[in-house]
Amino acid sequence: MTTQTLDRPTQAPSLKPRRRITGAGFMHGYVWLIIAWLVLPIAVMIAFGFNDTPGRYNQEWVGFTFKWYGKLFELSNLTQALVTSILIAIVSSLLAGALGTGIGYALGRYRFRGAGSLNLIMFATISSPELIMGASLLTLFASLQVGLGAVTITIAHVMFSISFVATVVRARVMTLDRSVEEAAADLGATPWVTFWKITFPIILPAVFSGVLLAFALSIDDFIVTNFTAGTTETFPLFIWGATRVGIPPQVNVMGTLIFATGVLFAVVTNIRSRRTTKTD
Amino acid sequence: MTTPQHSVARPRTTAPAAGTPAIEFAGVLKNYLSHGETVPAVKRTDLAIAQGEFFSLLGPSGCGKTTTMRMIAGFEEPTAGTVFLDGKDVTHVSANKRDVNMVFQSYALFPHLNTYQNVAFGLERKKTGKDEIKRRVGEILEIVSLTGMEKRSPREMSGGQQQRVALARALVNRPRALLLDEPLGALDLKLRQQMQIELKRIQREVGITFVYVTHDQGEALTMSDRIAVMNAGVIEQLGSPREIYEKPASRFVAGFIGTSNIVDGRVERVEGGLGLLSYTAQDRVVVPVEDAVRSGDKVEVSIRPEKIDLHRGVPPVTATGGSVLSGTVTEVVYHGTSTNYTVATAAGADFTVFDQNASNADDLADRGDRVYLTWAPQHSYMIGV
Repeated sequence: MTTQTLDRPTQAPSLKPRRRITGAGFMHGYVWLIIAWLVLPIAVMIAFGFNDTPGRYNQEWVGFTFKWYGKLFELSNLTQALVTSILIAIVSSLLAGALGTGIGYALGRYRFRGAGSLNLIMFATISSPELIMGASLLTLFASLQVGLGAVTITIAHVMFSISFVATVVRARVMTLDRSVEEAAADLGATPWVTFWKITFPIILPAVFSGVLLAFALSIDDFIVTNFTAGTTETFPLFIWGATRVGIPPQVNVMGTLIFATGVLFAVVTNIRSRRTTKTD
Repeated sequence: MTTPQHSVARPRTTAPAAGTPAIEFAGVLKNYLSHGETVPAVKRTDLAIAQGEFFSLLGPSGCGKTTTMRMIAGFEEPTAGTVFLDGKDVTHVSANKRDVNMVFQSYALFPHLNTYQNVAFGLERKKTGKDEIKRRVGEILEIVSLTGMEKRSPREMSGGQQQRVALARALVNRPRALLLDEPLGALDLKLRQQMQIELKRIQREVGITFVYVTHDQGEALTMSDRIAVMNAGVIEQLGSPREIYEKPASRFVAGFIGTSNIVDGRVERVEGGLGLLSYTAQDRVVVPVEDAVRSGDKVEVSIRPEKIDLHRGVPPVTATGGSVLSGTVTEVVYHGTSTNYTVATAAGADFTVFDQNASNADDLADRGDRVYLTWAPQHSYMIGV
């Protein structure tokens, strides 16, 4: 009995580190493989933004240049498409943010008639194929004789991103301590003041991620946009059109810049959340 | 209800007339609907809580004490009846317009605001001037010993400190009454005892009516001026801690507040206000009885464990005229300050006896010993006929 208990501490350290080393080596390789898989296509996109290609064809590496960054806005069609996309993304993500927050708050806080079907419909819009959504939206707009354009694109984008915002917000509201709102009422706050002074600041991070999600969904949406655009050209629609005649290097540059903005956002939120958790 | 006192809103600055209860329930009851069935949470209740009183609602979970408090706060509307604050009917007044404040069990601090902002929230809603807010928040933080913590956010504070912020946030508004919903439940024992003393001190300092909801009988006994013991939606007894402990009105109260020994029996004869219940030739219980009690009535008698003496030999009881029950010790538990004995008695009931360990001598008895329990007549209390 005594020898056994004495042996244990000497045995354990000699066994554990060896195990960790072999396991860690494998894990390291695996992690780098995944990172490479995720990053390689993006790296190619970024690299070809620096390609000194002579014409519109940008598929073979010729040489390094910064000139496409200088000529970023020289193709007016492309610039117009990007501006349209950004505007639609801003408007639709804000609208979806406002409406989705309301729905998410109601679903997370109250039990009401129709809550069940609302949950079901939200799940259906998230899971239904975009192709079907786009086709049916086209039919709807056509039968209502609405002219297709930026407005119909925005309506479509709001429609499919509301559910995402609502889902994120609902999850946050459900973990919210009900008595915090009661405390505000107890201290003399009207329901309106309670929402804006207490509830909204607490759920703001969730609202913010919902809006970001909606923005990201909108700016690169192709399928639904293609059905609802009419003659309006968005950034993804421009690229799709350009594939037949050759994608200009400016597309790579814009892609790089959009990607860089996304990375910046991710890094900033990461640092901010790390700073708040540190104070715990 | 037609008296002007009840229907006219009184300005907040004027003190209510002496004698007007701070809080009054007139025929209040509350039912919940659960799966289409009506479940009574609080049965028809009349209740008056005096100005400046430390009043506790005590009972097991689900007894209706929290619902009662939430009806005072305005979070629940009674199914029937009227709620008065300072003689003013507030039955249909929403929580944000009632001049009472609450300390929540979970504290419910605003996580995105610091201590100062949390405490100032109520005053800001009343559009109090900036300078006055600053002065009053400073004052109240001093009372709850949190000066210097103004900039701390709730998650940077300990449970005890958060508790004080919650208290300050309610008290700073100088409410007509402060409602506390099991506020010490989340604290550890040492801190809880410290906060009990602190709460009592604060209540004396600010002179506000406190309504305290708890399931902890020790807490209620040490802090309250009066206690309402609730069970199944009914106030079973309302009285001072001493009354409730010494003269429990029902079997439930006797069992819920501390430990009680309860014996049943028929009154054999009544003599000079004392009833006699006898079990064998020498086993008897003597209890003060009301005038209405006649010989032959069935009664329940409660005796507190610390009032009983335990003897190994036959005691000289005939001289005192008190109760005596013989029995066998079935359990001896040493508790440090006292030793607790369980005795199977001739009256049929198991008795618990607390014996103070005043000297460091051995225990009075061991398991299996034959013993005699005696106590004076005034320590028997009749709880039911």
